[in-house]
Order: sequence, then structure tokens, then C-alpha cells
Amino acid sequence: MSAHGHTAEHSPGHPPGHAAAHPVHRNYIKIWGILVVLLVISVAGPFLGIRVVTLATAFGIALVKAYMVAKNFMHLDVEKPIVHWLLAIILVLMVLLFAGVAPDVMKDKGRMWKKGPEFHTLPPEHAPEAGGGHGAESH
Amino acid sequence: MSAHTIATTRSATGIPTGRLAVWWVLCSEIVVFGGILVSYIMHRLGHPEWAHQAAHTNLWIGAFNTLVLLSSSLSAVLAHKAAEEGNGPRAARLLLATVGGGFTFLIVKSVEWTIEISQGEVIQSGGFWSYYYTAAGIHATHVIAGMVIMCFIAADAMKNRNLHRVELVGIYWHFVDIVWIFLFPLLYIAK
Repeated sequence: MSAHGHTAEHSPGHPPGHAAAHPVHRNYIKIWGILVVLLVISVAGPFLGIRVVTLATAFGIALVKAYMVAKNFMHLDVEKPIVHWLLAIILVLMVLLFAGVAPDVMKDKGRMWKKGPEFHTLPPEHAPEAGGGHGAESH
Repeated sequence: MSAHTIATTRSATGIPTGRLAVWWVLCSEIVVFGGILVSYIMHRLGHPEWAHQAAHTNLWIGAFNTLVLLSSSLSAVLAHKAAEEGNGPRAARLLLATVGGGFTFLIVKSVEWTIEISQGEVIQSGGFWSYYYTAAGIHATHVIAGMVIMCFIAADAMKNRNLHRVELVGIYWHFVDIVWIFLFPLLYIAK
């Protein structure tokens, strides 16, 4: 099955004045099948028991799946440049958020502050040997 | 004769007003979900001990719900295709199938949360669970919102009215799908 991306001018699904975009033929069923295969691989990854493989299959495949959905289902590849700019600016802001805040969260000490040993403790109910239950937040 | 306002193309951007509005909404949604995901990632990296809490999530339930959302995205894009062809009733049926996918997702999520809460894993149980319930809860709220909007658009599409809106709600739904694509490995795989 094939389909177009954004429609040509005066097509039934769009109001008059909708600018024609480059029609792109897509096989949506095939794309969905690829997404499902990628999902299976990401689920199978952890069963190998290799942490690097688990993370690579989980997050690498998540990026690929997100790209495929955005490109083929949201038709981002035939969208106007301003949409690409909007998304790029927002994503850069996310990176800045991470870069600006992450060091304080991930490091154990900084200027005039130091995390105590209790920072990394779990509530007694959630300690590994207790296995479950609920309790107060640890920090 | 009454005037009927339709979305026109914005000359500065070349994009129909409705679609431009949807992309603006999604940019604000990226800030919401991006903030949650980024802060989760940095806290997760800073708290290796959260792995003990994350180990309690069920990979199979998360995988099934990912499959459900991917499939609902397929029906949403097929609804868009039907709308482009001027087949409103088919677009409406496919939109309702998408709503069915959202409904399935929510039922599975409800069962999952019921199991976890009955085991004592509540939002106050620790940092991981706070993020887990907050992120998944906000995402589920967006699923519900998309389902409600789709019902209204499907009712119109059934009468071959406002078919351009089928694409707009589809773009929103695919974004909700993408958010889950990232939540799945973060909450269910990276333990």
C-alpha cells in the first residue's frame, strides 16, 4: 500500500489554498512492520545480559523508531523548513537544560556543597534485601 | 447563507494555519516531556541505586503497550490517507480504530498500575517511582485528550466534513507515540 505525504492543492482532505508539497509514496504497512521488528530487537536486547548491548538496543532503537515515525507518519521530511527550525530550537534547549543542570545532579561535590552518604540510600522498604514495599522518599 | 471559516495557508510560512498550530502545540509539549525525560535521565545516572526500584517494572507489559501505540499510529496515518482521498467514512472508521488502540493502552496501563500499587509501589515510594507515575500519568492524559479529539473529528469525517483535521490529530497522535517510544526504554528496559 502506498500513500502520499502532504496533499496536493485542493485535495479533499485540505482546504483551498493548501500549498502543494512534494508527493511521497509510502508503504505504511511495511514501515509499521519495520517498527515492530525494531521493538522485538529492543525487547530481546536485555536477555543477552550485556549492559552495553541492552542500552544500545534500547536507546539506539528508540531513536531510530522515533525518526521513522516522525519522517514517515508525521511527514516531517516534506514539512516546511520553519517546522524543522522550531523543532531544532526546542531540542537544543533540551540539551542546554541537561548541560546546565546535570553536573549538579550527577557529581558528588561542587562549589560550597557536598552530597552526604545518605544521598544514595533507598528507603528501608526498598533496600535490595527487603525487595518491595513502600516508604518515605530518601532525600 | 452563513459564512464558514476554513483554515487558510499562512503566507509567511506556507503552512495551513491548523497544521502550524499543531506544530506549535507539539513544540510546547516537547518542553513538557523533554523536561521530564531529561531530568529523569540525569537523576537516574546520579542515582545508580534506583535500579532496585526500576527492576520492578514489567518489560512485557511495556512492550505490549508499545506495540499497541505503534499500531494505533498506523491506523491514524491510514486515516490521513483516506482523508486525502476524500473518503471521510473510511477515515472516521480508522480514527475510531486509533481510539480503540488508545483505549487498549489505557486498560493495560490501569491493570499494570493496579498491580504495582497493590504491591506497595506508589508515587511516594522513591525517586524512580515518582518519575514513573508522573511521566506515565502525563503521557496517559495526552492519550485521553487525543482520543476525545479524535472522536469529534471522526464524527465530522463520517459526514465528509473538515477532513483536513484528520491529518492534524494524526500528527498529535504520532507525537504521543514518540514520547512513549522514549519512555519505554527509560522505564522498562534500562534497569
